[in-house]
Amino acid sequence: MSTPTHSATLPAATSSTAPQIQSPWRAPRLTMRFWPVFQRNLLVWRKLAIPSLLGNIAEPLMWLVAFGYGMGALVGPLTIDGNTVPYILFLASGSICMSAMNAASFEALYSAFSRMHVQKTWDGIMNAPVGLDDIVLAEMLWAAFKALFTVTAILGVMLALQISHSPKLLVAWPVLLGVGITFSSMALVFNALAKGYDFFTYYFTLFLTPTMFLGGVFFPLEQLPPFVRAVADWLPLANAVALVRPLFMDQWPEHILFHGGVLLAYAVVSFWVALALTRKRFGQ
Amino acid sequence: MLLPHPTPSPPLFSADHLTKRFGGNTVVDDLSFAIAPGECLGVIGPNGAGKTTTVRMCLGLTAPDGGSISALGLQMPRDALAIKAQIGVVTQLDTLDPDFNCEENLLVYGRYFGMKDREIKERIPALLEFASLTSKAKAKPGELSGGMKRRLSLARALVNDPKLLLLDEPTTGLDPQARHLMWERLQALLQQGKSILLTTHFMDEAERLCSRLLVLDHGKKIAEGKPRDLIAQHLEPDVVEVFGVGALAVRDSPLRALAARVEVSGETVFFYTDQASALLQALAAYPQLRTLHRPANLEDLFLKLTGRQIREDA
Repeated sequence: MSTPTHSATLPAATSSTAPQIQSPWRAPRLTMRFWPVFQRNLLVWRKLAIPSLLGNIAEPLMWLVAFGYGMGALVGPLTIDGNTVPYILFLASGSICMSAMNAASFEALYSAFSRMHVQKTWDGIMNAPVGLDDIVLAEMLWAAFKALFTVTAILGVMLALQISHSPKLLVAWPVLLGVGITFSSMALVFNALAKGYDFFTYYFTLFLTPTMFLGGVFFPLEQLPPFVRAVADWLPLANAVALVRPLFMDQWPEHILFHGGVLLAYAVVSFWVALALTRKRFGQ
Repeated sequence: MLLPHPTPSPPLFSADHLTKRFGGNTVVDDLSFAIAPGECLGVIGPNGAGKTTTVRMCLGLTAPDGGSISALGLQMPRDALAIKAQIGVVTQLDTLDPDFNCEENLLVYGRYFGMKDREIKERIPALLEFASLTSKAKAKPGELSGGMKRRLSLARALVNDPKLLLLDEPTTGLDPQARHLMWERLQALLQQGKSILLTTHFMDEAERLCSRLLVLDHGKKIAEGKPRDLIAQHLEPDVVEVFGVGALAVRDSPLRALAARVEVSGETVFFYTDQASALLQALAAYPQLRTLHRPANLEDLFLKLTGRQIREDA
């Protein structure tokens, strides 16, 4: 913990009557004090982990079975960069990114909003020596962890169904944590702006749903008209899929720096904006 | 720092010329006060007087537009976290974790202070005992009564063994039994040498617990002092309340000369007087009226200073 234990020799004469309002856009002040807040969420989740796990993996598995086996039979194998792959492998590698996106978004919207606004958990924490910046950091990492947990469970099922057994899946795992971090940071921007749960419907229908269809999950982006593709290429989900899909096919992705850079840029900018808007919300 | 009067024991906490505006509305206006070690300072005032905003500024949660706060030799907002490490807080609305039982609430809260699990777990039995919640250790807040929840909030505020407690309306909404138990606990804390800043709406609470009072209205300090001194300073020693059929008629009768001040609220006439026995004798001529003779109290003071009208904006 980084709290300085100040000695009593501090100059008491620094008391000024000057305004002390700081810009909400000041640099983040992140410390290890985020950890007990993360631990708090972990403790709640441990009580509900099994039912929540079922909810988290049931939907992606339905997509996989219905589209992978159902549509896959109609579509037949795809040719990606000269490799022939079954449709279910193509879909699995994309839908796992979508699962990371959805899990992180749900947690950083509905659950974080409950803690921030409904239960006033954040207010309670801020009466202890934990700053708002560390609370937002904890929520961001927590939502990313939830995404990682969901993704791990789905990967387990995919391995069991023998959809992929590429050893490079071990590399896909931390990449998917990064995808969780990107989407939880983005969701926290909207959490900071929300007046109620209804607000999140806009984020899901106007952003996440189109993202799902334009992210290269269900069909290759090459199928899209050029101007739509130009937009899709800059969506975080498309960049996540571009990194994760080759790993499922036991290959290394191309343009790692570009795709990783896009995800990182979304994450850093979103986190900063989320922090500034949350500080505004709390008058800090 | 140039102190006007060098004092032997420096205040534990001091706020100087605090000002806070929200839009064009000045919520706290040039407010200064200090809390001495071992003291219970009460802050009373009508709804919207600026009590909660003052508490939030004391915690560094709301930045003042002017003025400064220092506590425990540290400076707000620069040392906000180091100050909060030594303070315990009970807010108006409970912020207990609904998913955790009483023990877990204390454990998780102690972690926010950087305390080790072992260290917190050692303290939990005594904290639950203090809050009379030992038998509810495994119960969640949803299963507790209002008074139990408030006591759990108090126990939570004590997890870090703070020197100073900030209590924002800790007994609002509690039944008399629960309030009395809360008062008893707070008195025990004062006996242990803790200092308390308490905001309240209940004048009997303020009179019972606080060694000194601050009366706020419209963000300004309008009176400060020991409860008994304030009453003696601002009020006549006795109050005779007159009610019943025709009570309002006595307001303008010659009886008025026996009172220093007469107020009417609803159907009751309040005579503030230092000639109570003469007044009561004279009132015996009106057998249809009922009277209540009592010493002037803080509530009278409060109503005199802040008026009887309801604050619609609160």
